[in-house]
Amino acid sequence: MKNVGIIFEREFKSYFATPIAYVFIVIFLILSGALTFYMGNFFEREQADLLPFFSFHPWLYLFLVPAVSMKLWAEERKSGTIELILTLPIKTSEAVLGKFFAAWAFISISLLLTFPMWITVNYLGNPDNGIIFSAYLGSLLMAGGFLAIGSCVSSFTQNQVIAFILSVVVCFVFLMSGTNLVLDFFSMFLHQSLVDIISSLSILSHFSSLSKGIIDIRDLIYYVALILLWLYVNIEIVNIKKGE
Amino acid sequence: MIEIKEVSKKYDSQIVVNNLSLKVSKGEVLGFLGPNGAGKTTTMKMITGFINPNAGDILVNNYSVLKNPLEVKKSIGYLPEGAPHYGEMKTGDFLKFISKIRNISKEKTNDAINYVIEALSLETMLEKRIEHLSKGFKRRVGLAQAIIHNPNILILDEPTDGLDPNQKHEVRNLIKKISKDKTIIISTHILEEVGAVCSNASIIANGNLVYHDSAVNLKKLGKGSYDEVFRKLTTEQ
Repeated sequence: MKNVGIIFEREFKSYFATPIAYVFIVIFLILSGALTFYMGNFFEREQADLLPFFSFHPWLYLFLVPAVSMKLWAEERKSGTIELILTLPIKTSEAVLGKFFAAWAFISISLLLTFPMWITVNYLGNPDNGIIFSAYLGSLLMAGGFLAIGSCVSSFTQNQVIAFILSVVVCFVFLMSGTNLVLDFFSMFLHQSLVDIISSLSILSHFSSLSKGIIDIRDLIYYVALILLWLYVNIEIVNIKKGE
Repeated sequence: MIEIKEVSKKYDSQIVVNNLSLKVSKGEVLGFLGPNGAGKTTTMKMITGFINPNAGDILVNNYSVLKNPLEVKKSIGYLPEGAPHYGEMKTGDFLKFISKIRNISKEKTNDAINYVIEALSLETMLEKRIEHLSKGFKRRVGLAQAIIHNPNILILDEPTDGLDPNQKHEVRNLIKKISKDKTIIISTHILEEVGAVCSNASIIANGNLVYHDSAVNLKKLGKGSYDEVFRKLTTEQ
């Protein structure tokens, strides 16, 4: 775990070594605010909650999280630093985890900086802060899920643009897998039990209950399993493709 | 000590290293030579545990790279080809990062960093981002990270590439100075480097070992010219 911490520290600092981190945070805050107030009709609804704010997070993350994750391994491979880092006395799993947690922490900071929304809604009314906490937890876990997918996809290629596009596509599939559009498509040629499995993989439906304040252990397990599974594949891919 | 035992590596159907066996002892500086694509870098990557051979094994200080890769990595200092670096990091921060991951204690970190700064004349570069350094200084930062933990095995892939004649001279002197109690393999295209720093030389061509003996004998074989014997050995293969 010590090496995970060392990798984490290096990676986390690297986000703030260039203006990219600040640009990302500003874009995230502007977009989340704009979507909440203009498309989410925050004031018109006259309800003291943050549902309009959180309802756009899946779509924001769909593009912004792959923008963070695309460089995680693609850049290491392109610049050759993967050879430097993986010939130091650390395990591949420690490098993968350190980089993942640093990226997750960076996205968490972006999410934390939306606290004025929480203050605003508490100033304007009496919201159920338990629901807001649950929604923040769901948002954080969803970002972790997207990030694990993006980190894994990033290890497939040296090209960050390809990593970004592929990550968006895979995240989109996981996002939409619970919708009628996708389920109707699969039900044309798959048995209902398989369609049910696809439905249960939906990031959107697991986030939906958390954003409404329902902390179901099954949703938490889903996100943890999603993250662990993709990180496991990430480790394997790095090991297989590192020498290419 | 490094012992390469019947190692082979192939990519798809192409054999890059073919049944290579080699032993490099303590105190030995081996010049690892060969034309482009001969298999030098691949061999170095296998010694450091970055990639695994398809057949055979490599022992580093009696640890197998296949069975104990972490122990191997602990005892090796490695300068990869092109000296890859984290450009956004300052030189000093990068060396601190390497010190931490090399498990150098906090009390010894400053001494270790000061040693490599002095040895590689990096005093004025500590607060500069690595991406802003010249090619020669980037190479020296790469060398610094390779020797910072005082490893007893050094694997250096073209350590003087990109350095000016004065810097080459300094790096060669440094290698000579630290070589007494270390096992060092230097991959190089610069044949004069063999005479300057290496006690022994190995030449590899098309993945096969075509020469392994002392650097002095190599020169004798070429009747005083490394170029001549290098061409002869690598084109015959």
